[in-house]
Amino acid sequence: MATNLGFLILIFSISSIYVSASVFYPISDSHRSAASEIFTFSDPSLEATYEALATLEVLGVGANSDVQTSTCKSVVDTLSLPTSNIKNLFFGLRVNRLLKCELSDGHFMDITARIKDSVPGANSLLDFYYSIGSLIDIKGQTSEVDVNLENADGIFRSIKALSQSDGTWRYSSNNPESSAYAAGLALETLGGVVSLASSEIDEYLINTVKNDIMKLFDSVEKYDDGAYYFDEKLLDASGHHGPLSASSSVVRGLTTFAKATSTSLNLPGDKISGLAKFFLGIGVPGNAKDLYYQIDALACLESNSVLIPLIPSIQSTVISHTSKDELKVRVTTVLGSAAPLLSVKLMQVFSSGSKDASIIDQELKFDSENGIHTLEALPESVDVGKFTFVFEIVLHDAEHKKIYATGGRTKVPIFVTGVMKVDKAKIAVLDSDLGSVETQKKLSFEEENSVSLSANHLQKLRVSFQLSTPLGNAFNPHQAFLKLTHETKVEHIFMVGSSGKQFTVVLDFLGLVEKFFYLSGKYEIQLTVGDAVMENSFMQALGHVELDLPEPPEKATRSPPQSVDPYLRYGPKDEISHIFRTPEKLPRQELSLAFSCLILLPFIGFLVGLLWLGVNLKSFPTSTVPATFAILFHVGIGAVLFLYALFWIKLDLFTTLKALGFLGIFLMFVGHRTLSHIASTSAKLKSA
Amino acid sequence: MGKSSATSKDAQALFHSLRSAYAATPTNLKIIDLYVIFAVATALIQVVYVGLVGSFPFNSFLSGVLSCVGTAVLAVCLRIQVNKENKEFKDLPPERAFADFVLCNLVLHLVIMNFLG
Repeated sequence: MATNLGFLILIFSISSIYVSASVFYPISDSHRSAASEIFTFSDPSLEATYEALATLEVLGVGANSDVQTSTCKSVVDTLSLPTSNIKNLFFGLRVNRLLKCELSDGHFMDITARIKDSVPGANSLLDFYYSIGSLIDIKGQTSEVDVNLENADGIFRSIKALSQSDGTWRYSSNNPESSAYAAGLALETLGGVVSLASSEIDEYLINTVKNDIMKLFDSVEKYDDGAYYFDEKLLDASGHHGPLSASSSVVRGLTTFAKATSTSLNLPGDKISGLAKFFLGIGVPGNAKDLYYQIDALACLESNSVLIPLIPSIQSTVISHTSKDELKVRVTTVLGSAAPLLSVKLMQVFSSGSKDASIIDQELKFDSENGIHTLEALPESVDVGKFTFVFEIVLHDAEHKKIYATGGRTKVPIFVTGVMKVDKAKIAVLDSDLGSVETQKKLSFEEENSVSLSANHLQKLRVSFQLSTPLGNAFNPHQAFLKLTHETKVEHIFMVGSSGKQFTVVLDFLGLVEKFFYLSGKYEIQLTVGDAVMENSFMQALGHVELDLPEPPEKATRSPPQSVDPYLRYGPKDEISHIFRTPEKLPRQELSLAFSCLILLPFIGFLVGLLWLGVNLKSFPTSTVPATFAILFHVGIGAVLFLYALFWIKLDLFTTLKALGFLGIFLMFVGHRTLSHIASTSAKLKSA
Repeated sequence: MGKSSATSKDAQALFHSLRSAYAATPTNLKIIDLYVIFAVATALIQVVYVGLVGSFPFNSFLSGVLSCVGTAVLAVCLRIQVNKENKEFKDLPPERAFADFVLCNLVLHLVIMNFLG
């Protein structure tokens, strides 16, 4: 039974993975723990530090004080350095906004003056973005410095000049490629210009930007599960800009612009919800950049400047009929804070496989203590199986409809499981000709069965049972098999057919003798009934049947050899034992050593003989040059013999031959000189 | 008896004449003879060893014996060439013969070392 349960759990887990693709959960503790692991502050750049700090702040996780101290030091260094580029200033100011390092108004004044000087000369979107962003940050951090822009209209126009007809932006006027990411940066910058302007910006200009936003939203792409995103066509060399960064940038730009102009953009609520679903659908990103984009965008959406998306999350998408599970829905904002007063309605239920939906208008009961909406009773039409529930969020207060985006109807896949009723289970042996029952046994699947039957090839075996859902409907499981296993491990599997609730399989042995390979003897019977939604799936041994089959004819096929255990096929193979050559018999060491010494005897005899013969070195040349050659000749021979010894010990033939070539030439030369000298002296002696 | 003592006398006489004849042999030829005896004796000892314990590192045994026999043969060749009574090598200086001997020995031992295992 344990294996059955494991199988069920496996199926459930697979289906829940599949389901999670379209059930969105708000930001939770898993994000917080992931964030504290991902942001290690190992990248010392201010940009990475800002992204980490900003994300941690949104998630409510504090950075440790060591990081704060060291970061503040680098911020102050960067901001007081007159040569810092605008990008570093921008991120330095942003980090300072979060950490509130000690910076004097003098610092701010210097930076403001520098930036204000550079703004008129800026010609790329990024220059504008960093300059305006820095000024906004200075404005937020001190009130002593005047950051207002006199020529705000002009700056607004030069940024607007980079926009394209489809709502995207170019990075600079001499770069024709445009992107949604740049559009987000531009919108954020324009929002900044509006809030820095010393005089009101022309209403007409703001309206053209609103039009651009509308056009940008026309190009938004959609996934099947209702998530919307901005695709990034321009591929960046840094590889960081994809749909996530583009969507995040647009959302940030959008909210900044909306907040600065404090006008309603009248964006469709379903697209805002869709964007929120896109960011939430990513789950927990694996790298710092993606996590920043996700959390930053969600924080922007939550900031009540466009529309705040509300996300219904289902606590468990698998519901058991038998244990009377309740369907619980929690509605929160994207970051998980509580939603306003609202009710959740179950509008429709689709059954998987059939297109027709039952229309229901059932309001879920709200538990104000836990903030959970509960569906107390499943609709009557919902039996076990896979369903799609359609929920709708209805805000109670009409004013809230301008603040919150409910995202229309939310489709949620739901699994309903239950314990199936199995009864009238019988196993019988029938006579073939009349069909009359010879022996019949009742079966009960709650306990062990061990029926013992016997049959011959003229009889039939019938197994039958009834299966119905908790609501009494017919149920057709994915798997219903009857397995007969012979003593020799030969297995035969039969499908159990059904008509309505009745499941029957009849084995006519007369037609099966050949398939059974004429193997008489004991067959174990096993019945398997299983389905993902069936909580009491089982695989049970029913007992055995003693079959008496006729003798096989001569040409009958033999049963294939069965492996003892099919699982062994995938198990480890037998260890290979290597046969090594047995070592040769060697003599005792002493004997070998004795002979080694014995070998020296003739040599000693040779030396003694030489002495006895009175050998001398008188003819060894005495004058310097021939003596040198003679010595070299002997050294050369010695060297060649030494080389042979080396060859025997470690060198290979090629190295040896190479060395031998050189030594040979040398030896020939000195040998020739020596021997010819000796020859000439002996010739002189003769002639004398 | 008489016959056998005559035989031993003959043998003694033969031995004496051989010895006296050999005493006239030049010293350098004696050295070569000594060298040949040394080489053959070494080879014999190795053969005895193999006869006693078996021929397991057979290539080593072959190398050892062939090295001795080979160098003995080369020494005999040297002796033939150096011997002044061999008229056919009259024009060949003994130094040239010695150089040949050295060269042949070096080549022989290169092969032997390769074969030693």
